[in-house]
Amino acid sequence: MEILVCVRRVPDTSENEIELNTAGNDIERDELVYSINEADNYAAEEALQIVARVGGNVTVATVGGEDDEEVLRREMAMGAHHGVLISDEAFSGSDGRGIATILKAFVDKGHYDLILTGVQAEDGGAQVGGMLAALLDYPFASLVNSIEVLDGKKLKISREIEGGNKEINEIDLPCVLSIQTGINEPRYVGMRGIRQVASVPIPTFGISNLGIESSAVGDAAAKVKRVDYFIPSLGKGAEILHGSREENIDKVLELVAAKGGLK
Amino acid sequence: MVVPQSAAQLTSWLASGRTLFLTIHLLGVVGFAYIVARRMVPLFRAEHDFRFDQPWTRLGKVLQFWLGQWKHPRYRTAGILHIFIFTGFIVLALRAFTVLMVGVSDNFVMPGLSGKAGSVYDIITDYAATIVFLCMAIAVIRRLVFKPARYAVPARYGTSHTADAIFLLSLIAILMVADSLFAAAKAAGQAQSGQPVEMLAVLSLPWMLQKALVSVPFPTLGTFYSGAYLVHEVTFYFLLCYRPFGIQFHVESSLFNIYFAKLDREILKPVRWGVGDEHLDQVKSFGAKTFENFTWKHMLDFYSCADCGRCSDNCPANAVGRPLSPRFITIKARDYAFQHYPVFGRAHDGVALVGSKERGGIYSEDEVWSCTTCGACEEECPLLVEYIDKIVDLRRGLVDEGNVPQSLQKPLKALESRGNPYGKMEKKKADWVNAKEFQQTCHVKTLDHSNGADTLYFVDSITSYDDRMQAIGRATAKILAHVGENFGILGAAERDSGHEVRRFGEETLFMALRDHNVDAIKASGVQRIVTADPHAYNALKHDYKDIPPVEHISQVIAREVKTGKIKFNPLENKDSVYTYHDPCYLGRHNQIYDDPRNVLDAIPSLKRVEMSRTRDRSFCCGGGGLMLFYEPKEDQRMGVKRVQMAAEAGADVIVTACPFCMTNIEDAIKVAGMEGKMTAIDLTELVDQQIARECPDLKKEQATEIKECVMASPN
Repeated sequence: MEILVCVRRVPDTSENEIELNTAGNDIERDELVYSINEADNYAAEEALQIVARVGGNVTVATVGGEDDEEVLRREMAMGAHHGVLISDEAFSGSDGRGIATILKAFVDKGHYDLILTGVQAEDGGAQVGGMLAALLDYPFASLVNSIEVLDGKKLKISREIEGGNKEINEIDLPCVLSIQTGINEPRYVGMRGIRQVASVPIPTFGISNLGIESSAVGDAAAKVKRVDYFIPSLGKGAEILHGSREENIDKVLELVAAKGGLK
Repeated sequence: MVVPQSAAQLTSWLASGRTLFLTIHLLGVVGFAYIVARRMVPLFRAEHDFRFDQPWTRLGKVLQFWLGQWKHPRYRTAGILHIFIFTGFIVLALRAFTVLMVGVSDNFVMPGLSGKAGSVYDIITDYAATIVFLCMAIAVIRRLVFKPARYAVPARYGTSHTADAIFLLSLIAILMVADSLFAAAKAAGQAQSGQPVEMLAVLSLPWMLQKALVSVPFPTLGTFYSGAYLVHEVTFYFLLCYRPFGIQFHVESSLFNIYFAKLDREILKPVRWGVGDEHLDQVKSFGAKTFENFTWKHMLDFYSCADCGRCSDNCPANAVGRPLSPRFITIKARDYAFQHYPVFGRAHDGVALVGSKERGGIYSEDEVWSCTTCGACEEECPLLVEYIDKIVDLRRGLVDEGNVPQSLQKPLKALESRGNPYGKMEKKKADWVNAKEFQQTCHVKTLDHSNGADTLYFVDSITSYDDRMQAIGRATAKILAHVGENFGILGAAERDSGHEVRRFGEETLFMALRDHNVDAIKASGVQRIVTADPHAYNALKHDYKDIPPVEHISQVIAREVKTGKIKFNPLENKDSVYTYHDPCYLGRHNQIYDDPRNVLDAIPSLKRVEMSRTRDRSFCCGGGGLMLFYEPKEDQRMGVKRVQMAAEAGADVIVTACPFCMTNIEDAIKVAGMEGKMTAIDLTELVDQQIARECPDLKKEQATEIKECVMASPN
């Protein structure tokens, strides 16, 4: 099975203190450290596990700049067979639909049975997977938390629905799935693994390679634009219990029961 | 009738004694040589291990740990029994050879053991055989009646080893009886036939048997004589050939195991012996993924283990029900070797060690990650079996395959991008010095081009970023300032020491952290390094190279107490009872036991007690570094057990000298519900609190005012 995983490099929320810049229209990016978007990492791991079971190749692709190559290398160190950087000045400022348009053009250049994305980017809006499917006219399922290959033409998947329940679906290939975190346990990639793939060439695709109209992507084509960026002010603080251990336990039980947490 | 001098002159049913015994000798020796040769096969397929240097030091180890049985008395009953058995075996070795030789050679006498010397030796061997026999009896009784808990085999590790142990003990007992009966029958026969009687040692086993045989008719004595010889002969060779199939192989292998034992235990095994850091990228696979990835010495360890259970008896992971028992790390590997390298038939290798049983795996991932590398197992092993290097090699293999617990992946990633496991910003590394009250009394400079110092205080991640542990950093800085040390910190330029990164098998990341720190330390131009974190201390001292000498703060304090630079005020609360908990990486791994105790004892009116497990038997509180992020499967926390030990000793204050110990013990006090009854304090905090700071404006005779001044000075 040929699988394409669309990944994205994002500021690592667990290793950064996100602050607004002085202009107030973006976050302070000077000392940020980046990593692969967490859900995308689960998607890549899932793709690798699928090809380990049924054979095939995994390609990871990202729309971005030179710096974004590092997440491709990380996924290649995990075992992805190919990495592709889709990069062009003309792409900058694209909104979700713009990115989906770019990815669609890339998908059209190859033959993929299955396309995976993370359920959402940590700095994004969970738009691209669905839009890409629509542009490709492929079936789409979101919040996927298990995948079973049925006969090479179909998948049996489960989707996470509210309350942690699962909904089981069959879906025809080719399709696009957005992968929920927790679907698997991604393997660890250390510096050594990344160094081992450091010299593997990563091809770059630009607007001309993909045959995209420049009017369809980039800033000019974006219909969703960020106008402001703010960090919500702190709400009312948590309730601190000041009793003895026993009193606190009783109080906690009472509070949890009052919110319907205890049945 | 006379008693034949040599068993070679005996005749039995078909063959002469000489022919029969020569055949048994040959079969026995060839059989043993073949089996041992087969056992050596995996050692030749194993990884390199350089153990052929420093022969004199190694011989010294042999004298101490093999001939001297150094570790044995740590378990008194079993240890003394073993010393008796071992000594008996050594004494009886020549005797056994002589007895075997008389089966094929007339009048064989061991060179040097003729005449008087021989008679003295015979007396000694009579007693030796008796003692060994008695020891076997006691050992069997221990196994059957007293059943020491450490011999038990938990169900998940297979079935009881008692039957095998008793079988082996019985064989040795039979050997002793046969040997003694042979001598007794001979002496009794000599007496009856009027020949000069060989003297037997009074009250020894042969002596008693001889007394019992006095009235036995001569032909029956002959049967006893030849029968005893045959039984001795057969038992000896059966035992010889049976030993390489189980724990008794240590009789042969222990000498080599101790000779080739690791000399510098504090230094972790490199990924590959003989491959420098700069060539590591060319090494295709890291760590022990298959049995053949162990070094030949590690395999020899597996063969040499005597199954005494002392390692697991001291293992904190085993004590709290984690799925790890060092004894079975060895036993399972030995069984693997026996199964995959059989005495007859082809070897089949290359099976992954860690993984499900169905796929041939012998270790579980949880087993491999459960170890805190505290070193209690290695400290105890009489045969100097190594565990930490094997665990680290197994982890290197897992890391190389990407098989790292999810809970450890985030801190590892953060160490890669931010240089600390918490993912905190580098620029905030020195924030702990900005606490308001602290800043007023103590200025800590960050070393850079314009700010130099003699001494570097290496803080490390937990003390820099953890709110609670920052107090240890401030106390350390105040102590250094008090003794007039010109010191500074690296601040944002300091990365995690990488101590646990390395011990968790992430060698490449460790190397990156180490190289960064070495550059930063060199650039700072300091003459020496002090740290209050034993893990950092151990890393800087043993894992780093080409940096200035390193000391733990407890060494500095102990020295300055001696010089008189540090003087203490008496404790205010004189009812408190203190106990000192040895951090593994200060105590067992670096033998710093006395300095912290001397410091505590220098504080007037401080009452100190020792816990039952102390010094080199200290009980790990749960491990440091990445171990704080790992979620082990366990019944209880190690720290809780440790806190209970302190309570049992009658202490209500636990003093330690490690920020990780502090984390674990403070948590454990809460988990054990002992808040208010037990407190924990770091040595630096206690010292800082008790230091007598003289107030410069006052004269010494104004004693009361000084006291008030001291009380008023901010701690």
